[in-house]
Amino acid sequence: MPMIERFRTLAAILTVVAVIVVVWYVFAVVLNSRWEYDQAARAGVQIGLPELIERTLAQDRPMLPTPHQVLAGLWEGVTRYAPTSRRSLVYHAGVTLSATLAGFALGAAAGLLLAVGIMHSRAMDMSVMPWAIASQTIPILAIAPMVIVVLASLGIKGLLPKALIAAYLSFFPVLVGMVKGLRAPDGMQLDLLRTWNASRATTLFKLRLPASLPYLFASLKVGIASALVGTIVAELPAGATVGLGARLLSGSYYGQTIQIWSALFAAAILAAVLVAAVGAVERLVLKRMGLAR
Amino acid sequence: MTAAPVIDIANLDLVFQTNDGPVQALKDVNLTIGKGDFVSFIGPSGCGKTTLLRCIAALETPTSGRLTVCGISADEARKARSYGYVFQAAGLYPWRTIAGNIRLPLEIMGYTRAEQQERVQKVLSLVELEAFGRKYPWQLSGGMQQRASIARALAFDADILLMDEPFGALDEIVRDHLNEELLKLWRRTQKTIAFVTHSIPEAVYLSTKIVVMSPRPGRIAEVIESPLPRGDRPLSIRESREFLDIAHRVREGLRAGHAYD
Repeated sequence: MPMIERFRTLAAILTVVAVIVVVWYVFAVVLNSRWEYDQAARAGVQIGLPELIERTLAQDRPMLPTPHQVLAGLWEGVTRYAPTSRRSLVYHAGVTLSATLAGFALGAAAGLLLAVGIMHSRAMDMSVMPWAIASQTIPILAIAPMVIVVLASLGIKGLLPKALIAAYLSFFPVLVGMVKGLRAPDGMQLDLLRTWNASRATTLFKLRLPASLPYLFASLKVGIASALVGTIVAELPAGATVGLGARLLSGSYYGQTIQIWSALFAAAILAAVLVAAVGAVERLVLKRMGLAR
Repeated sequence: MTAAPVIDIANLDLVFQTNDGPVQALKDVNLTIGKGDFVSFIGPSGCGKTTLLRCIAALETPTSGRLTVCGISADEARKARSYGYVFQAAGLYPWRTIAGNIRLPLEIMGYTRAEQQERVQKVLSLVELEAFGRKYPWQLSGGMQQRASIARALAFDADILLMDEPFGALDEIVRDHLNEELLKLWRRTQKTIAFVTHSIPEAVYLSTKIVVMSPRPGRIAEVIESPLPRGDRPLSIRESREFLDIAHRVREGLRAGHAYD
């Protein structure tokens, strides 16, 4: 990309970010002002606008924390404590990340296997697909606590229940993408393999799987983000004490809005990193296969 | 031809069951193709020439009639890997190099690594693509891609080369060149070739036998044995009296079969 174009892109991105930040500050002042007015009324004093703005942007438990408060919260959570401390955001993000990756691996493998089965068997196509679709219409918030509680009563706690919820969300995009991807080769390609008397397994490994890779990576990006959402939702119920979901929950118990927003941003950054990681693997694989031009 | 025919077709019918009822794709086809023949199937679209080729390759199953290839059924011949099939599109895998694409049928058929290497080199030089083995398909022109797909069909010593409008998507200049190349290839390899086309000059230039087909239902209207020499056929032969006579006969055959209706 030429220099001037890069500069333009950057300018456009920064403009959008700047607008969001300004709007955010305005909302912070408006939403946090009620408390300041109440406090002033109780003390029997009047407060002017400059004073109001100054105070609304620096509350301990604001209705809406300001961007600089969230950034400070994030910074403190990441740098102030050792990564092994329960007060460190890195620690909680690490707990969530491990369950996310385990769940993503399970879900992606399940989606891939089911897709291969569905492609080879009409019976599986007709029996599995409706259930897969139905599974995604059930709100995850409703099903997660039940799974956690049932598994806990069986003595299964920790990473596995969370990974299962993550897998439950992430298998679906992989399944749908791969069913499409494995069916991508056209009739001519399949006829050609038939004239060579190639077996179904050969057709799968030599043609269908390589041809489906672009679909696979698109699905994996959706799937890994879903796995993160699933893990965080699974961390909410039954009093989990570690993980980004637990941070969100304890923050809302104690009215620590800055903690909530810091955890939210940590989750968003984690999601962006995970999707970018899948994208990097995609570029590497496609380049090695000669598909990147 | 005194030897037993390589392809022997008798009273072959093929009816497709469609949502609009049965469609007679091929009706009462009788044909013999001898070893080393170059047979062209020509006719308008819908005359069943591609369908007939697909029947020979056992990609379609005839409704009735007899079709044998070297004395065995078409499907047995397919399982014995007797066919090299070339489609209108090159159909090369974009994730494999040219050499990788040519190696594909050899991998599937279980040739050893050394033999794969040797055969790939051999057919690459046969189609004059020695320098392009490491290139990816998108780095080659359409004509070169089609040559690579012919090389792929030649790599495993199939007895019969089936070509379904292989040059149909190419411009006339490239097509003329590839026609010449194909004739050379045919003479060198002594393969039996069945070739589908809708170009009269192409059919006459290449073939030892021209099968004129007509539509609704698809059937053979006429079989013309070419008097042109089997050996050397320069491109200039197309201006000769003999060539124009055969082309005229093909055109008459198409007209008689209501191909122009």
